[in-house]
Amino acid sequence: MTYNAGQFDVIVVGAGHAGVEAAYAAAKRGVKTLMLSLNLDMIAFMPCNPSIGGPAKGIVVREVDALGGLMGKVIDKTYIQMRMLNTGKGPAVRALRAQADKPLYIQEMKHILENEQNLTLRQGMVEKLIIEDGECRGVITETKAAYYAKSVVITTGTFMRGRVIIGDLSYESGPNNQRASVKLSEHLEELGFELVRFKTGTPPRVISHTIDYSKTEIQPGDEDPRHFSYETKEAIPNQIPCWLTYTNEFTHKIIDENLGLSAMYSGMIKGTGPRYCPSIEDKVVRFHDKPRHQIFLEPEGRNTEEVYVQGLSTSMPEFVQREMLRSIPGLENSEIMRAGYAIEYDAVVPTQLWPTLEVKKVPGLFTAGQINGTSGYEEAAGQGIMAGINAASKALDKEPLILDRSQAYIGVLIDDLVTKGTNEPYRLLTSRAEYRLLLRHDNADLRLTEIGHQLGLISDERYEAFLQKEQLVEEEKARLANVMLKPTDELQAIIEGAGGTPLREAIKAGDLLKRPEMTYDLIEKVTPSEKDLDWDVKEQVEIQIKYQGYIDKSNQQVDRMRKMENKLIPENIDYDDIGGIATEARQKLKQVRPLSVGQASRISGVNPADVSILLVYIEQGKIKRVSNQ
Amino acid sequence: MDNDTIAAISTPIGEGAIAIVRLSGEEAITIANRLFDGINIEGVTSHTIHYGKIVDPATNEVAEEVMVTVMRGPKTFTREDVVEINCHGGLASVNRLLELALAEGARLAEPGEFTKRAFLNGRIDLSQAEAVMDLIRAKTDRAMNVALKQMDGHLSKLIQTLRQELLETVAHVEVNIDYPEYDDVEEMSHEMMMEKSKRVLKEIERLLQMAKQGKILREGLSTAIIGRPNVGKSSLLNALVHENKAIVTDIPGTTRDVIEEYVNVRGVPLRLVDTAGIRETEDIVEKIGVERSRKVLKESDLILLVLNYGDELLAEDINLFKAVEGLQVIVIVNKTDLDQKIDLDKVHHLAKGNPVITTALIEEKGIDELEQAIADTFFAGELDAGDLTYVSNVRHIQLLKQAKQALTDAMNGVEQGIPIDLVQIDVTRTWELLGEIVGDTVHESLIDQLFSQFCLGK
Repeated sequence: MTYNAGQFDVIVVGAGHAGVEAAYAAAKRGVKTLMLSLNLDMIAFMPCNPSIGGPAKGIVVREVDALGGLMGKVIDKTYIQMRMLNTGKGPAVRALRAQADKPLYIQEMKHILENEQNLTLRQGMVEKLIIEDGECRGVITETKAAYYAKSVVITTGTFMRGRVIIGDLSYESGPNNQRASVKLSEHLEELGFELVRFKTGTPPRVISHTIDYSKTEIQPGDEDPRHFSYETKEAIPNQIPCWLTYTNEFTHKIIDENLGLSAMYSGMIKGTGPRYCPSIEDKVVRFHDKPRHQIFLEPEGRNTEEVYVQGLSTSMPEFVQREMLRSIPGLENSEIMRAGYAIEYDAVVPTQLWPTLEVKKVPGLFTAGQINGTSGYEEAAGQGIMAGINAASKALDKEPLILDRSQAYIGVLIDDLVTKGTNEPYRLLTSRAEYRLLLRHDNADLRLTEIGHQLGLISDERYEAFLQKEQLVEEEKARLANVMLKPTDELQAIIEGAGGTPLREAIKAGDLLKRPEMTYDLIEKVTPSEKDLDWDVKEQVEIQIKYQGYIDKSNQQVDRMRKMENKLIPENIDYDDIGGIATEARQKLKQVRPLSVGQASRISGVNPADVSILLVYIEQGKIKRVSNQ
Repeated sequence: MDNDTIAAISTPIGEGAIAIVRLSGEEAITIANRLFDGINIEGVTSHTIHYGKIVDPATNEVAEEVMVTVMRGPKTFTREDVVEINCHGGLASVNRLLELALAEGARLAEPGEFTKRAFLNGRIDLSQAEAVMDLIRAKTDRAMNVALKQMDGHLSKLIQTLRQELLETVAHVEVNIDYPEYDDVEEMSHEMMMEKSKRVLKEIERLLQMAKQGKILREGLSTAIIGRPNVGKSSLLNALVHENKAIVTDIPGTTRDVIEEYVNVRGVPLRLVDTAGIRETEDIVEKIGVERSRKVLKESDLILLVLNYGDELLAEDINLFKAVEGLQVIVIVNKTDLDQKIDLDKVHHLAKGNPVITTALIEEKGIDELEQAIADTFFAGELDAGDLTYVSNVRHIQLLKQAKQALTDAMNGVEQGIPIDLVQIDVTRTWELLGEIVGDTVHESLIDQLFSQFCLGK
């Protein structure tokens, strides 16, 4: 028998990086929210690498922040190192990455959530969903508590039927020896969910004082660190470095000789692993000619001696892991604190979801994060906030939010998942974004703050500051477009100093800024703004003027895409009724049920002829309706 | 995609004295006017026809004498502004007009797109919708088949090579971006990018140059007729020409006395080359020897080998078979009006699976079978006399031009010192455009390349 444990608007099952964003976003939207976690000491735990951000992913963190989410704020308060990557490249691919203090991150996140008005935190293992009239209306825990709600978000990560594998040892477990969630997985199967088995892994951790850092290269943070959140004003002093070392022929020999003992190669692992996060066994086997692989030694926090050995993800038996480690310069005497392991888990085939992350089969139920076949904290957070927003929309009976591929990496991520599915754990890459020049690290606020504010996730105060920044950027761009600069000696010297050719005649400041060697800082010397502009305003002005040609080109592409996105497909369309569509396309369309012709055209197996036929059919439908009236 | 102006050849090519290039869309009249040397057709009354010349705006050269029909929407087939340019039915001229229209901003119509627009704009009623969809399906499938089948294997291979080169470059840049700390690969420099782009650009330009000379666009399947003297080669040529209203042209840039004849046999464009001296009724093998003639014949896409039904197989015939071994051959045993002396079993044996047709060309017998065999050879018999074979070539040229533009943009970016990840956007575009030529635009292959080329991961 169950007991009624309470009525909520939104329930979030799981408190990982997707769960916390979902719960916080829903609560911020003003609906009564419950977050259930297996273990309240593990909220927003990082079971793998102690870092957040990086190319594409770092931009997602900024997008989450611009929408009013937590990840950026919390990492800004708890990092031990911050680095801007790709500084030598164009603005579109610059990305921030932080080394996290894992225990502190958990503490900080938990504390924010505990103090959130509309949010209740509760420990409990969910075993079943409450389904009424085909819709999800709540959850039941193993302690027989029945919680009711208008919508439910499942963010159970790699816990569903999780199985940890180390060499020939294999046991049922979530990450880091937490309890696996078995019954929920079975329950979803009973409900008709299509599940897929994925695999991921993590390297061993060693204790710091057994490492000889003198044999490694130091990897320091930035001297003048940038931050993820647009709200962060202060940097954390005393950053802690990471260290770089390499595997060698001895390491590879150990791996070769023990390959049969690796769970990956002994046949113990059935799940599909990600190509972009291979085990060291995989790297050595697939790239046998490579004499060495990079190994980064990353501290797991300020108040811990544990060091994460990035690059050595493995499912070898513990004694082989020890041998491997000890073949690496600097780690000759290292002691393992935790062994690396592989983990297999159930994921939901994401084409079963609408772009809102609501499950097609079960209205009111949303899934987000690693359960949807992704990999990475940031990918989880991005889905989490969207699922939270949309679960709240559902409870409030408001319009859902869908970001398109030109608005955010989050949009690219979700569109890829629900439209194309994935046959390996999905990671965001910059190359997945068609309009990456528009989806920059620096303009996430310009893209999404407005939306965050409308949803109530961004405070009025922050919104005002944003509007002011936006205005200052526009004004300064307009000013530079009109200011004529004469070829004075001062200016010529500046230009030549930057390696450019001197001017022959007067030029508009904006046009001068377009020259590759010129920067805003240089232009400012001859024509400073009357206003005291912040660096982020200047940066924005510089990027928007400098890359205007490329940005315009991207915008034209977006316009073309939008035309197809705006052609909506009626929800009740019967694909069997459309003659002439190829069989494969028909099957895919029935499965994905795209919302627009644009989305339909991105499904693999749907070719341009099918899209044309679909267009004609939809128009035909319109005529039918008109003639029926 | 609905408002742009589309253009296509809307008459079967090579089958009429007059051909029509049709434009439809907002810019149809403006585009046509830019090409038209005559009355300003932007000012004329709707549904009127005007005489003038089409001039290439780039060179000011007169391309064609034409009649231009101007029809403003909505009283047109598509309900949009429509212009029809009527010109001489020659393949070269009509293609040239289409190319000019595309160069001025029209987009090559998709298969069935005029009809589709007619429908979408409410011109066709509901009962015809199904038919429209069938039409799109049929035309597209066939166009794709044709495009793929017709594409010269060499061209396809070359484009794939170029694409692979671009893909590796793009993957290289992507690795630099997504794995900035990955030390196994050097940063793609502007110099490296320039060098690679230059190489690909050179190839694209060469292809375009070839297209310009008619090597792609106006080239049908180059077809040689061979056989001993007096077996009926001329009769065969005349039969094909007569049956199919050949367009006799002298192609610019080729030797004046070499006459090439185009015939459209059931949708298969044939270019009958008179290199072998058919007119002189001389035997190519006899003239230049087996090895050399093999070289010449290898350049043909199709060889029609003619034998005499009323004569025994001679050493020269056997030599001919040797010369064409491994090539695309149709064996024609002509003069069945005579008493049989030839050993047909032996002919079949020598033909090694190639089709053998018996004809009496003098009596116009067997021509149907021959034409069917030609069609079967190239389209598995699925193609009727179509307008699509050439369009796919125009499409190729258009895509090559766009690819050239994109790559040039990339190189300009390199010269201006634009960051490599921005330059790469144009390189990726080039790769995609070349992919459209060979029917492959799957984005996922970039990511596959990334992970097969580099050892990545944390």
